[in-house]
Amino acid sequence: MFDANPAASPSARVRKVEPSSFGFQPSSVPPPAGGGGDLLEISLGPHHPSTHGVFRMNVVLDGETVVRLKPVFGYLHRNHEKLGEGTSYLGSMPYTDRLDYLNSMTNNWAYAIAVEKLAGLTVPERAEYVRVILAELTRLLNHTCLAGFLMQDCGCSGTPLMYAFRERERILDLFESLSGSRMMCNYQRFGGCRVDPTPAWLAAVAQLVDRYGPFLDEFEELLTGNEIIMARTQGVGRLPAALAVNAGVTGPMLRASGVGHDLRKVDGYGVYPRLNFRVPVGDHGDVYDRYMVRVLEMRESISLLRQALAALPGGPVLDPKAKQRGLRPKAGEAYGRIEGPKGEIGFYLVSDGTANPYRYRVRPPSFVNLTVLEDLCLGHTVADAVIILGSIDIVLGEVDR
Amino acid sequence: MTTTSVPSSESWLEVAPLQARDALLGLLPESLHWIASSVLAIAVLVGAFGLMFAYLTLAERKLLGRIQNRPGPNRTGWAGLLQPFADAVKALTKEDIVPRDADKVLHALAPVSLVALSLIGLAVIPFGRHLVAIELDAAVLYFFAAGAATELSIFMAGWASRNKYSLLAAMRALAQLISYEVPLLLSVVPVVLVAGTLSTTAIVAAQGGWAAGFWPHWHVLTPWGFSAFCLFMIAALAESNRSPFDLPEAESELIAGHLTEYSGFKYALFFMAEYFGMAALSAMAVTLFLGGWQAPLGWLEVLPSYVWFAAKLLALLAGFIWIRATFPRLRIDQLTRLAWKFLVPMALLNLANAAFWSLTAGWSGPLQAVRWAVSLAAVVVPFLLLSRSLFSGLGPRVYRYAPS
Repeated sequence: MFDANPAASPSARVRKVEPSSFGFQPSSVPPPAGGGGDLLEISLGPHHPSTHGVFRMNVVLDGETVVRLKPVFGYLHRNHEKLGEGTSYLGSMPYTDRLDYLNSMTNNWAYAIAVEKLAGLTVPERAEYVRVILAELTRLLNHTCLAGFLMQDCGCSGTPLMYAFRERERILDLFESLSGSRMMCNYQRFGGCRVDPTPAWLAAVAQLVDRYGPFLDEFEELLTGNEIIMARTQGVGRLPAALAVNAGVTGPMLRASGVGHDLRKVDGYGVYPRLNFRVPVGDHGDVYDRYMVRVLEMRESISLLRQALAALPGGPVLDPKAKQRGLRPKAGEAYGRIEGPKGEIGFYLVSDGTANPYRYRVRPPSFVNLTVLEDLCLGHTVADAVIILGSIDIVLGEVDR
Repeated sequence: MTTTSVPSSESWLEVAPLQARDALLGLLPESLHWIASSVLAIAVLVGAFGLMFAYLTLAERKLLGRIQNRPGPNRTGWAGLLQPFADAVKALTKEDIVPRDADKVLHALAPVSLVALSLIGLAVIPFGRHLVAIELDAAVLYFFAAGAATELSIFMAGWASRNKYSLLAAMRALAQLISYEVPLLLSVVPVVLVAGTLSTTAIVAAQGGWAAGFWPHWHVLTPWGFSAFCLFMIAALAESNRSPFDLPEAESELIAGHLTEYSGFKYALFFMAEYFGMAALSAMAVTLFLGGWQAPLGWLEVLPSYVWFAAKLLALLAGFIWIRATFPRLRIDQLTRLAWKFLVPMALLNLANAAFWSLTAGWSGPLQAVRWAVSLAAVVVPFLLLSRSLFSGLGPRVYRYAPS
């Protein structure tokens, strides 16, 4: 599986398993070639509790230490990009929900931006604020879930996960009452949003925002200072800033490695330039930093939500002149990207003037961030590999597409 | 059960179990009494702890549920009270899958031997004033010998399954056994030293009475005893493979560890063994440190001794569940480091502390205060030093914000 040159690589010591005798026989592992212990090749996944979906890590272990790791994915491949070429521009909008199914609102937004650039549409002011509100709610949702799952990977018996899911449910309820669906929201439209939020809905958001700070305080009090959490996560899975930049890593993972790159600041899309927020940055690039950067981002999101709710103007939420069905943009190309909760989510569209895009391409943050997995895991134990994977924050719907 | 005659001065509740036994034995000829008495003791132990196991699983799920903002099982029977029986029926009717390449004999033997070895430790625990199945002079030794053998069953299960996850779990189980057997035994030695006996009944008897009329002579209420109790409970968590030391069955890493290839009733047997082991170690902790069946205050002796024992036992078991709900899991190297760099040195120092305590048993008046101060310092100072070194390099961090 790993051996380009069996003689030179340590995987020469890895026992090959014949399909006919798949049973594992400890006594048949050959003795180590030059020191060290016997190597054990183990397939973590695709049916593994901690791979966050149908993801597989082929791991070569020396004792408990990872010496090789090969990510295997594609189990959830749905031909997403090719489907986009055969579907109208509007028809792809609900498909983007299924990419990263935790963050359908931000997927919608990035796709809408791409199409708006392509077709030269403008977005009403109110819609821009509503989009910021929904994007920051999504960020809260995603980071809360991630923190819960990461703690689950660390071996907590579900308690932090349940606390996280309690808050997630509140946000999903808001999404449901606005868009009609909890996870597959299909809410953004070209040139605005599909439904105008009611004052009652906005009041419910304000209420949620007010109680989110105390929830984070509680969550952090229970976990951030916990000695076992610190022992498990500090110094584990260090990602150097240079490697992160070279590999194209974006989002909280990049910022945890000390690079203060945030598209909300860099691109200044939407109304973000008018809002006040800071970009937290970690110094170590380990799992603990990745967790803490996300927690601090959630606190910034709370402040962003407050500002956006206070500044929300009146007016239409969808440009009435913007065509949705049968949209035929002029021939050309456009790339729309935003800072999704997991990193840069982008859509690249090429139009040939027909009702379907000529080329439809997704830039998925989960997939790109996942490419550094082996570099992060080498030399750590199998228990660490699980939490390193958890800290990368992947959703297989987006990795495999 | 011991065959001491029933003292007449005690309340009828206290002696009721003995009278029931005598009544049953009276139905049989004299020549069969010795075997009937043993069978009766075994039946009572298995029945009582079997039922406790059933409801402990329910209690664990309920408590975990409440801690996690959910109701826990509440559909089967009134408030979920029949859930353990529904689970038992499910486990019994499930298909028993044995992997083709598994060592079939060992694979079947492992859960059975685990349950048996977890149970036999209970034989030497005095559950009440007159309730001990076997009075052994070396009861403490016997108990820990039986307890250490349980890890071998886990190794057996891991090895026989011919599954890589199970094998890793077996490796971890052995590492854990070797690491934690030492502090577990070392934390018991001070009690043996002070009480001067290996017999559990004598150790409980040594903790009777009250200092100044209200301060029980329980070992946990002395500085060395409290330290030894904490060390014992930490090591007991590891010995019974409970969170945060549940590495052999770490579900987020090794699927289910040594249980991966078990299903149906064999799987249930592993669970049963885990709870028996937990109950046995908690019962031992109650016996060694919490005064066994002794009531905390004199006037509370109106309740029979076995009620007090059960109350203490259930309190410790609730602690196990609480810890499971709140702690993340350690990594294998951190697990062994905790054992060798913290628990073992603490236990050794504690042994010296206990020796000092028993040497100064005659001190009184102001000297008594000196005795307490020295003993307390001998616990607190090493704890602070060792725990600091354990967490060197770790700590909360300060985060900066990118310049905008």
